[in-house]
Amino acid sequence: MKILNCPLNGPRNISEFVWGGEMKPMPDPATATDAQWTDFLFLEDNTAGEITEWWLHAPTNYWFIARRNTLTDEIIETMTYDAYLARQKANASGEAEPAAKPTTGGTETGATSA
Amino acid sequence: MPFALLKYALSREHPDDPHFRWKPDLKKTYDVIIIGAGGHGLAAAYHLAKDHGITNIAVLEKGWLAGGNTARNTTIVRANYLTPEGVAFYKESVELFRTLSNELDINVMYSERGHFTLAHTDAAMRTARWRAEVNKHMGVNSEVIDAAEVKRICPTMNVTDDARYPVLGALYHPPGAIARHDAVAWGYAKEAMKRGVEVHTQTEVKKILIENGRAIGVETNRGVIHGAKIMQAVAGSSSHVARMAGLKLPIKTIPLQACVSEPVKPILDQIVVSGSLHVYISQSARGEMVMGGATDAYGLYSSRSTLDFKESLMGHMLELFPFMGELRILRQWAGMADMTPDFSPVMGLTPVENYYIDAGWGTWGFKATPVCGKRMAECVATGRQPDLLKPFALSRFDTFDLVGEKGAASVGH
Repeated sequence: MKILNCPLNGPRNISEFVWGGEMKPMPDPATATDAQWTDFLFLEDNTAGEITEWWLHAPTNYWFIARRNTLTDEIIETMTYDAYLARQKANASGEAEPAAKPTTGGTETGATSA
Repeated sequence: MPFALLKYALSREHPDDPHFRWKPDLKKTYDVIIIGAGGHGLAAAYHLAKDHGITNIAVLEKGWLAGGNTARNTTIVRANYLTPEGVAFYKESVELFRTLSNELDINVMYSERGHFTLAHTDAAMRTARWRAEVNKHMGVNSEVIDAAEVKRICPTMNVTDDARYPVLGALYHPPGAIARHDAVAWGYAKEAMKRGVEVHTQTEVKKILIENGRAIGVETNRGVIHGAKIMQAVAGSSSHVARMAGLKLPIKTIPLQACVSEPVKPILDQIVVSGSLHVYISQSARGEMVMGGATDAYGLYSSRSTLDFKESLMGHMLELFPFMGELRILRQWAGMADMTPDFSPVMGLTPVENYYIDAGWGTWGFKATPVCGKRMAECVATGRQPDLLKPFALSRFDTFDLVGEKGAASVGH
């Protein structure tokens, strides 16, 4: 079984989690056009490679962010949404990554899930 | 006796018609360039040549002939969908499949088995009734039957109460069939090539050339070629190819895993699907049990196989068919399923002039091969969206006019 490292609950079997799809910013409901809603609701980058995505730990109803490679199925790292926002802010202002390291990604146990 | 036959019999040579008429060189220009030599692209090429007299066509394929999802599906053909738009579309496909062996002069081994969609809950029974009524209204043979009738038709199935999810009844669709998927694609390729269509394998499209909002050609690993019209039919790579044309698609690519058992003597005549248990099974002409489940839990571009898939599949399968405990798995594989938000395909015109799309075939692509080929050919030849394809246009996402087939597209997602 593949393991996903939940920022709240620690490493758990991936069957406990629900995939939320690639991270994309929600348009402002007050001002968004139909085309922006179409883009947000339906259209996907569907990236082959490294993506930032939502995951839900279903038993605790906890949403968080993961970085994963969709070609190799390697989970690079997981982090809370707050940590993700902090990093976005730091990147936007051109600073180095925040010192506080997010929790690391998943690992696989045994050879059976290769 | 016809003279030609007599002459052939008396001749010293008996030349065999070549199966595929390959042409080694790419021309500079074509009337139509089709990206992807799977069942859909080849069927479109065949119908463009046969129905519309357009034979100056290149079908470009990065890999080999029909080596993608055409060879990875579980070959089920049926028309018991949920929406009137979906039922009308797949009904035409079933009708075309019935005469396909004659049409293509190749044995596609089309075999009508009867198709069960099992219901284990009251909600599933309600969906079954809904589908049956829509189907009957559209002239498709479907009916709701109870567990005793399921047992009468399919005696090997366990419909007793001592299962975790007992069978309450089923949507029964007698025309449900299986076919030899490779032969379908090869037949279309053979007949298209006989009419002058060129199929070029190992020819990867690297770039789509757009000028003033109009597609004019493609750059391949074998050079630039120009085409008056370009169509993409590349299941699993739809987002990647469409991006080259400047299009963003409503698609998430998710693996769909399947497996077959070792071949045994005939024991299961029907195709059995359970949406609640996420399993489906049929016995191939070779005797193998062909089995699959729901798509994977998350998006991925990899055909790796997981133990989770087999555990969940077998757990339910053993309850439905206890004899399966005696069988061994022969091989396993996965295909890349392009899942759309409404579980319906995307076909027809795009915002890019002269660029046509055939995508979003998730877990329902093989059964649509003939109708999609025929209607996409009509679309490309006339430059207009055929009536049958209008509900499935890419523009439906701009108008929020979706075709919700989640209840009937495949097993629970």
